[in-house]
Amino acid sequence: MSVKYDVMVIGAGVTGAAIARKLSSYNLKTVIVEKECDISFGVSKANSGIIHGGFHHDSSTLKSRLEVKGNLLFDQLKEELHFPFSRCGIVVAAFNNDEMRSVEKLYENGVSNKAIGIELCNHERLLSLEPKLNPDVIGGLYVPGGGIIEPYRFVFSLMESAKKNGCELYTDFKVIRGVQKDDYYEISSDDGRMIKSKWVINAAGLFCDEVSKAFRAEQYEIKARKGEEFLLDRNATAYTSKVVFPAPSEKSKGMLVIPTVEGTTMVGPTADMVDDKEDCSTSKENFLKIFSSARRLVPVVSERDIITSFTGLRPSIEGEDFYISPSEKIPRFIQVAGIQSPGLTASPAIADYVKDLLKKQGLQLIEKSDYDPNIEKVPRFRNSSHEEIDNLIKENPAYGEIICRCESISEAEVIAAIRQGHTTLDGIKFYTRAMMGRCQGGFCTYKIMKIISRETGIPMDEITKRGGSSWLVNKKVGDYPVGTEI
Amino acid sequence: MKKINKEVLVIGGGSAGMAAAAQISEKGHSVVIVERESTMGGILNQCIHNGFGLQRFKEELTGPEYAEKYIDIINKLDIEQYTGTTVTDIEDKGDHKVVYAFSSKNGMLTIRVRAIVLAMGCRERNRGNIGTAGSRPSGIYTAGLAQRLVNIDGLMPGSKCVIVGSGDIGLIMARRMSWVGAKVSAVVEIQPYPAGLTRNIVQCLNDFNIPLYLSHVISKIYGKDRVEAVDITPLKNGMEMTEETFRVECDTLLLSVGLVPDNEVSQKAGVKINKETNGPVVDSRLMTSVDGIFASGNVLHVHDLVDFVSEESQRCGAYVCDYLDNREEESQYTVCSGSNIKYVIPNKFTAGRDNKFYMRSMIVKNHAHLVLTLDGKEIMRKKQTHIQPSEMITYTLKKEDLPLEDLNGESRLEISLVGQGE
Repeated sequence: MSVKYDVMVIGAGVTGAAIARKLSSYNLKTVIVEKECDISFGVSKANSGIIHGGFHHDSSTLKSRLEVKGNLLFDQLKEELHFPFSRCGIVVAAFNNDEMRSVEKLYENGVSNKAIGIELCNHERLLSLEPKLNPDVIGGLYVPGGGIIEPYRFVFSLMESAKKNGCELYTDFKVIRGVQKDDYYEISSDDGRMIKSKWVINAAGLFCDEVSKAFRAEQYEIKARKGEEFLLDRNATAYTSKVVFPAPSEKSKGMLVIPTVEGTTMVGPTADMVDDKEDCSTSKENFLKIFSSARRLVPVVSERDIITSFTGLRPSIEGEDFYISPSEKIPRFIQVAGIQSPGLTASPAIADYVKDLLKKQGLQLIEKSDYDPNIEKVPRFRNSSHEEIDNLIKENPAYGEIICRCESISEAEVIAAIRQGHTTLDGIKFYTRAMMGRCQGGFCTYKIMKIISRETGIPMDEITKRGGSSWLVNKKVGDYPVGTEI
Repeated sequence: MKKINKEVLVIGGGSAGMAAAAQISEKGHSVVIVERESTMGGILNQCIHNGFGLQRFKEELTGPEYAEKYIDIINKLDIEQYTGTTVTDIEDKGDHKVVYAFSSKNGMLTIRVRAIVLAMGCRERNRGNIGTAGSRPSGIYTAGLAQRLVNIDGLMPGSKCVIVGSGDIGLIMARRMSWVGAKVSAVVEIQPYPAGLTRNIVQCLNDFNIPLYLSHVISKIYGKDRVEAVDITPLKNGMEMTEETFRVECDTLLLSVGLVPDNEVSQKAGVKINKETNGPVVDSRLMTSVDGIFASGNVLHVHDLVDFVSEESQRCGAYVCDYLDNREEESQYTVCSGSNIKYVIPNKFTAGRDNKFYMRSMIVKNHAHLVLTLDGKEIMRKKQTHIQPSEMITYTLKKEDLPLEDLNGESRLEISLVGQGE
């Protein structure tokens, strides 16, 4: 890898992907590296998928300014990148006077942040906006500009667009060292690869602190704040028309009821600091906490409808604001750390902000004449009309093979995921939604494994759930002589 | 694009669908079967163990052999079949239904019929449904998926297994995994009694010295990439005895924690679902809440033997023919579950003929009585030498045993299980 790059982005989550896409619109040689085997496998894979309404943080914070700016960019991004997104609106419900006072504070935040259409509601108005709310609600907030999105699909689309415009991606590239040599950094991975880049952007999520250390830049600490969530079936009566927030507490926005953009319902998340940055375990205590909290907001939330639970980790940094700044210790190095909620919402604005920082620091930015912001739309079986599907099958018979019955995902969509470089079960799950429904892959896992193997030539026993040693099958039947000790 | 006109559509080509279709065709009505997999036979195809057909065919068959018998029957009857075809929507147009299905071969199929038999079977409950805490590594499979990988694809899902739940598929897989050289360290069952058939406990666990931990749960799963171990905790009076937790190393966790009727298409068509069975509410003719839509087999309620599925579905086929021929059922009355009964199928009975009921007990008991009361008055009582939730109870209420003179529009038949002398 003797190619020299102008800019390297470290970390292919939503922040890194948004920055990479932005930079791919300029005449620059850009590369993005990711320590996992696929993109969006860290913080971005497990979050609530909310496009926030610009009322949770006061306008003095950087995160608040970028949240509001980012929010406004999503309509155009959807046109260009075809990810599932809906401006369904957000309500915040208060059940007593104390809570109502904290909701009023949110309203003031929203007004000073210029959140569009924000309003305070009494009991009756709030219930008419969201009839599934607990009728004990005394009032609350309505923010029509808030919405929901499929977070990993958004990252995948950003990356597809960046790659289309020349950005290169290296996965399984865990940065362990960055050394300055002349005008370049030599960035090494744990498996011995080395890439040279003039500029470096540290968007490594939970591991920004380690990357910073590896470059001998600033010393700081990223702590993981864990959030557990439960996913409910698409038939669940709990599906609301709007995202429902409780009145917030000091440390988090509280546990919500989220109607996901794909029709399932999510409840959660919790917020607990953990020591292990890879601790994605779930617990029984939080299960009880989440459901009692969710039912206080929306009484019809039921455990009967649980499909699965999962855990996300927020990269929390001292001061809790975004830390986006050129390094003061080393040159041509931009820190983009502490990007937790509302990071997803802010991500397109973060990309603009970082671009401006680079420019201020002296990077010459010349727009590409042939930059194309649009990616090709992959039609979805589930979102197509009968006639559209009939036509799709005529052009590509793989649209007529339903692989995932719960989410109605056709073989054509699985193949599209593989062609975009997603060759693990989780990668395909995030791209297509196959295995994400009520049977959780009980019926389709083996079909998807076969398609991966057929399309890529990867033998069955080398296919993984999400890289590393997450193997799925280890031997063929008959390889173990019966009666031997294993 | 293809248009199909028939009297009946059967959705699902497994044991239920084939038996219903065969009956309908034998009685002279036109029928088409739509099956989403590439072959007929449903889940029987991967059940290569024996024990099927003792009741239905009076011989012991493997799953594929049992399926083959029915495939031969429907082929001889020249029943039209569409495999690799998925039904997405049912439109109820009153006197007829329009069903949309898709396949790579035919594109969109528009199927116009007078009646529909739902025979889509069931799916397995998974980790999310039982809420096991811990990490989320690779190596957690439902027992049915593991069975598919081993029996059809010849692939080993792992070499050191723990099985969660003592449902029949889990027990069968404990034996199967042992046979193919894997080590099965434990079968962990939350209930104080096994969830599977007694014969499977004996033949699949005892014969292989696999320990069965009753009243135990998997309290935590370990492993970042792949399962590395699980914590097993005993239960006492429903409480986890945390201090008695022990850890078992394994690379694979197989879940056999129950089956759920697969009613997504039914619900889209407006069919009402029974919360106890997760299958449709049906009347004495196995007709759902939507006129002309019938249901049988595991989509209606989960059976323990395929023989019962075939029996119920054959009857369902006959009821469909009655419906097509405009033979009205005599008045129908409500059936409900009494003490210790989880559910009774069907949810109505008729005074015009014998009524066959399938039901499940909520308790384990020796020498119990099945008691039928009509509007509070006992009308029948039958000895049951042994009852347990895993073994379905069947009972046929003879027409002559019904006190016709006592029946009125509001009449309710309640079926209960009581101890001897109660």
